Amino acid sequence: MLKAFMARLRQGYRTGTFPATAPVLPDRFAGRPEVYPEKVTEEAKQICPVNAISENGKINLGRCIFCGKCAGVCPEGIRFSGEYRMGAFSKEALEVPGLEPWKESSNPELRKLCGKSFKIRQVSAGGCAACELDFNVLNTLAWDIGRFGIQVVASPRHADALLVTGPVSDNMRLALEKTYNAMPKPSFVIAGGACAISGGLYREGTTAGGVESILPVDMYVPGCPPHPAVMLEALLRLIAGSGK
Amino acid sequence: MKNFLELKNCSAVSLEAIPVLEFANFRQTLIDTVGNEKHRVAAFFPLRKEGEELLCVIMIDSEKQCLYCSAARAEKNYIALTPEAPQFHWFERELFEKYGYTPQGHPWLKPIRKADGEYFTMAGDAVNEVAVGPVHAGVIEPGHFRFQCMGEKVYSLEISLGYQSRGVEKLLEGAFSSRTLPLFESAAGDSAAAAATGGASLFEALSGTEVSLRAQQLRALMIELERVANHTGDLGALAGDVAYLPTASFCGRIRGEYLNMSAEICGNRFGRNYIQPGGVRYDVEPARCEKLLKWLDRINPELKHALDLMFDSPTVLDRFETTGCVSLETARSIGLVGCAARASGMDMDVRRELPAGFYKVDVPAAVPGGSGDVLSRARIRYNEIFASLDFIGRNLRNLAEGPVMTPFEADKLQKNSMAVAITGAWRGELCQIVVTDEKGNIAQSRIVDPSFHNWFGLAMALRNEEISNFPICNKSFNLSYCGHDL
Repeated sequence: MLKAFMARLRQGYRTGTFPATAPVLPDRFAGRPEVYPEKVTEEAKQICPVNAISENGKINLGRCIFCGKCAGVCPEGIRFSGEYRMGAFSKEALEVPGLEPWKESSNPELRKLCGKSFKIRQVSAGGCAACELDFNVLNTLAWDIGRFGIQVVASPRHADALLVTGPVSDNMRLALEKTYNAMPKPSFVIAGGACAISGGLYREGTTAGGVESILPVDMYVPGCPPHPAVMLEALLRLIAGSGK
Repeated sequence: MKNFLELKNCSAVSLEAIPVLEFANFRQTLIDTVGNEKHRVAAFFPLRKEGEELLCVIMIDSEKQCLYCSAARAEKNYIALTPEAPQFHWFERELFEKYGYTPQGHPWLKPIRKADGEYFTMAGDAVNEVAVGPVHAGVIEPGHFRFQCMGEKVYSLEISLGYQSRGVEKLLEGAFSSRTLPLFESAAGDSAAAAATGGASLFEALSGTEVSLRAQQLRALMIELERVANHTGDLGALAGDVAYLPTASFCGRIRGEYLNMSAEICGNRFGRNYIQPGGVRYDVEPARCEKLLKWLDRINPELKHALDLMFDSPTVLDRFETTGCVSLETARSIGLVGCAARASGMDMDVRRELPAGFYKVDVPAAVPGGSGDVLSRARIRYNEIFASLDFIGRNLRNLAEGPVMTPFEADKLQKNSMAVAITGAWRGELCQIVVTDEKGNIAQSRIVDPSFHNWFGLAMALRNEEISNFPICNKSFNLSYCGHDL
């Protein structure tokens, strides 16, 4: 017991300073890109592994896996920035250039229901487990989402929101629908990561190509997987209303 | 071995060169060799060659440090190998489900990637059945578990997977493209560095691309960082499952430090989009190297402190010791791989047996085996963490000179050939295979994740175990659902 207590003292207080200060992200982190559509080349459009770049040179962050290949062949037109505020309430805020997601606010009526607590039931439906791993990180003391009143719950009956990750594999569709139907309504649905938003790399696989063809989605969190800072910022904006 | 083609790891051969044996002879050779101390099966799959379907095997010879390959024409209802060579049991179920074979005499022939609603059951008034999943209580992947119990005691556990199935192998077919490596990386998202290294080496072998030593070294660093992060997270989760919260809390945070080191090198915490055919995308410049070394010097002692605390706690040891035992004999016969196999006393590690890339130059120190219980699997991971951290430190201090990328020509892939790569991912050996057609496009791909071999090991660990010990047994393996389901 004494040893555990001493260890606690030695390991110290390690919860990060976000959201009081911006999260510390590595210099090579690929966040929301800066895109100049008129300068986006055909080569950049062709090289995208998930067809995230439209004919008119805009990038759809719901599809983007942030591999940076387009910026590699077209540095004039595309540059990935360190901007992590990418969680979007509308399709318009997934397009770059387009509506800046941090200027959007969430549905006030749904928000009012939650008060100061927000319970999330997560379901992974296909995908590669990276989204789940980086969401789980928010529960560690490094991010400690409990301090914002956010809690991951086991029972869908206790949940305000359903966080779906993965493209919704054919084999998970029924279980996902059952989970959603077991939740009290109204409720939020959050699509976490490129797979859940658009099918990602697995749009043409044995999947539904994203959750939206099955359930109504209230928030999209881009990334492959979304960095914990991206997910947390999105969740905070969801429960707090509009951003800065 | 007679009539088998000897292959080097991470090499390509012409389909012409693969020997086609008489089926009876092929079958008997496999039964005689697979499952002995030296040979194990890495892949067993239908190979399409000149419009004909053959059953093809890739076998590992750990003594001669090479792979063996051969094929045979098989009837769709050939006589199963499983009763005599149990290592084939999962492969034969896959043949049944995916390719329409009916291996005669297989003791449990049913799909592995689709729940068919039928489970092994026990009869009797005192028997109770527990069904869990596919949606679990926490933030984890989906899978279905059926326990047959009397009271607290589990007599049988059947694991039914396939919920994560999304068609990875099929999507890999076609011309090599910017999507190919991301698909390999996301087969199992927590093993991306190992998968990208193996995946890239397939196309390097098929195109004759030489990779600089520095790039190979950086790839190995990413694989070892991945191993350390995953082992750290799992040991923390094991502590959490026996309610030893100090180590659970510390490790949850410390795992993130190692993921952030991967992100420091390539921008992504899972090492994605870094390893490409021809090399790696970014160099580690002297200043970045210095930063990483200082970071490791700060974090490694914190990790050791957090872990030693747990391994010094009698309450934890009491829960881990003799729990969820997989004997050496069982491990060998069912073909367990990786750290779980080493924990059962099998001396196997593909980084040493089939060294490829930088592992030909340097490899983390071997760690002692164990007796197959949860404690052994936990200790193996503890020891592997520090062996890998030593490896990372000494290689960061001694990076080879040279470029990190050499040109790779995707349109120059060897035609009508097969390339095989076996990589030491953190769970164990990851086998990746691509077959090219007459245009040099990918006609077929196969991925055998270490979890493909090991899920049945978890089921064996639960036999005669208390059901309340399922979480720590499960966590001690921490197998991949998506890597299995593909």
